[in-house]
Amino acid sequence: MELKQIDKYRWELSKTGSMRVPGIVYATDEMIKGDQQNEPLKQVANVATLPGIIKASLAMPDMHWGYGFPIGGVAAFDGETGIISPGGVGYDINCGVRLATTSLVEKEVRPKQEDLINALYQNIPSGIGSTGSIKLSISEEKKVLTHGSRWAVQQGFGIDSDLDHTEDSGCMENADPDVVSNRALERGKKQLGTLGSGNHFLEVGVVEEVYDSKSAQVFGLFEGQVTLIVHSGSRGFGYQVCDDFLAYMTKHVQKLGFELPDRQLACAMIQSKEGIRYYNAMACAANYAWANRQILMHISSEVFSKVFDIGPKDLELNLVYDVCHNIAKKEKHVIDGKKRLVCVHRKGATRAFPPGHASLCDAYRPVGQPILIPGDMGTASFILVGTEKAMEETFGSTCHGAGRVLSRKAAKKKSKGRSIHRELEDKGILVRWSGRSTLAEEMPDAYKDISEVVAVVHGAGISKKVARLRPIGVVKG
Amino acid sequence: MSYELIDHTADFGLHVKGNDANSLFVNAAHAMFDQITDTLVLKGIKTEHVRAKGDDWPDLMINWLRELLYLWTGKSLLVKVVVIDSLSKYQLSSTVKVDCFDPNHHVIKDEIKGVTYHQVLVRGGKGGWKSKIFFDV
Repeated sequence: MELKQIDKYRWELSKTGSMRVPGIVYATDEMIKGDQQNEPLKQVANVATLPGIIKASLAMPDMHWGYGFPIGGVAAFDGETGIISPGGVGYDINCGVRLATTSLVEKEVRPKQEDLINALYQNIPSGIGSTGSIKLSISEEKKVLTHGSRWAVQQGFGIDSDLDHTEDSGCMENADPDVVSNRALERGKKQLGTLGSGNHFLEVGVVEEVYDSKSAQVFGLFEGQVTLIVHSGSRGFGYQVCDDFLAYMTKHVQKLGFELPDRQLACAMIQSKEGIRYYNAMACAANYAWANRQILMHISSEVFSKVFDIGPKDLELNLVYDVCHNIAKKEKHVIDGKKRLVCVHRKGATRAFPPGHASLCDAYRPVGQPILIPGDMGTASFILVGTEKAMEETFGSTCHGAGRVLSRKAAKKKSKGRSIHRELEDKGILVRWSGRSTLAEEMPDAYKDISEVVAVVHGAGISKKVARLRPIGVVKG
Repeated sequence: MSYELIDHTADFGLHVKGNDANSLFVNAAHAMFDQITDTLVLKGIKTEHVRAKGDDWPDLMINWLRELLYLWTGKSLLVKVVVIDSLSKYQLSSTVKVDCFDPNHHVIKDEIKGVTYHQVLVRGGKGGWKSKIFFDV
């Protein structure tokens, strides 16, 4: 693999072998070098071999070794002649993040910090296979799959304006519950309104620094303000949809007449019956995830109200935005001067639409789409805004988080003899968790420095820094 | 148990060994459930029959582990004992002893989202059989 530096933040992986396009990786000199990058770079090259890929196989600075696509991978395929791949979306379909602001400031929250984090932990079901208080009949579950966040709002979990502040208004079109397996439906019945495990979390934070006051004002952010981040996805429903279609497409792809470098890249032509079925099933999972995060935010809002003894009007828990990290989207992009319909796969990457984009609500159209980049639980999270350069270079995409540097096993080894929650407490961060190895696996040392990742996308111009948040309380699954 | 964990930045994998194909598939099943729970406390009270098909040995391994994983993720059953009733390169039939998950008795160690095709390997020879499988966690 030959890697050439294009400029300070971009590297080109030359087109070799069966690659149809080159690879382009956003990274610093230090990030790109080292043995850890060999495997994800191979995956960038593998994605470049898929039919219909346009311009380049892209990777963001939080790139790491995934399955099929690298995590942090972005690839757009022609809307007529390209493919769609469950491996380009991942198991946790529409894993994503939402950020809400409150009227509270840090000094009001500190005295009740422990009560707040304990109450969030007690009221938000979390952990492996966790089930919530919402039990759906299959017919009601199908409404969730079809309507996404709107279903949640109609049930009283939020308000109409939340939908304006959610990517795709919290509902992907063409969701068809009839193409989803009974297994997926069964798994989805009990898990709505649950956080899950692993890297999923709720984080109470404080706006520590504002870089772009105009955008911050539009997003309703000010320094010292207390915020809430929810990171979760489509739970077992989405995992099952991915698994069902991977199993199916590994067989289907054998009939298509091209060799796959990795079975995990199994795919179908986007306009084929099989491609449409996957897209419509994936949309169901995306909608389930949006409804899930909408419910989790609403339960959190009730917890805040109770702990601080204030009503919703005074709490002003407002959704800034909700973005997805793992998705394939049909979008229009300008390619060689012409507007074309493409299917953009973002696997561990975030949409980053610029000012003026028609997909944005009226309030955000003047400044661009809010982008939410959570870091590890001990450092910081960032709010960015989309740019025109992202439309030109990355199909309107940017990074999604810090990206792991240590495997879970290596993180556990490194944490031996240390008390991670005490270390975090010393930094003013209270943590509550359910999985017995969650804290060790998710310790701050396991991730890249979020500031460095954000510096790359900011420096490269594919998104711009708006504000930095500092965590003060975290609930992990 | 005849397996080793493989490090992977995002997830984890298993190197499994067996004297023959039969024991390899049994060991792979036990290794996966050893990651999910403490199998020593399981009793194997209920019986389930699990079948899988594949295009080749690796595909069969993935589909077999998928079916077993669904016992946990879909039916809340934890696998204690696996007996292969019949096995060829393309299909497998088994009898599995399981317990219903009881949060007061069973510890859940890791969540497995999926069994992946990533670098999957199943190989047999005179020296025995071995397999490499990665999981999305």
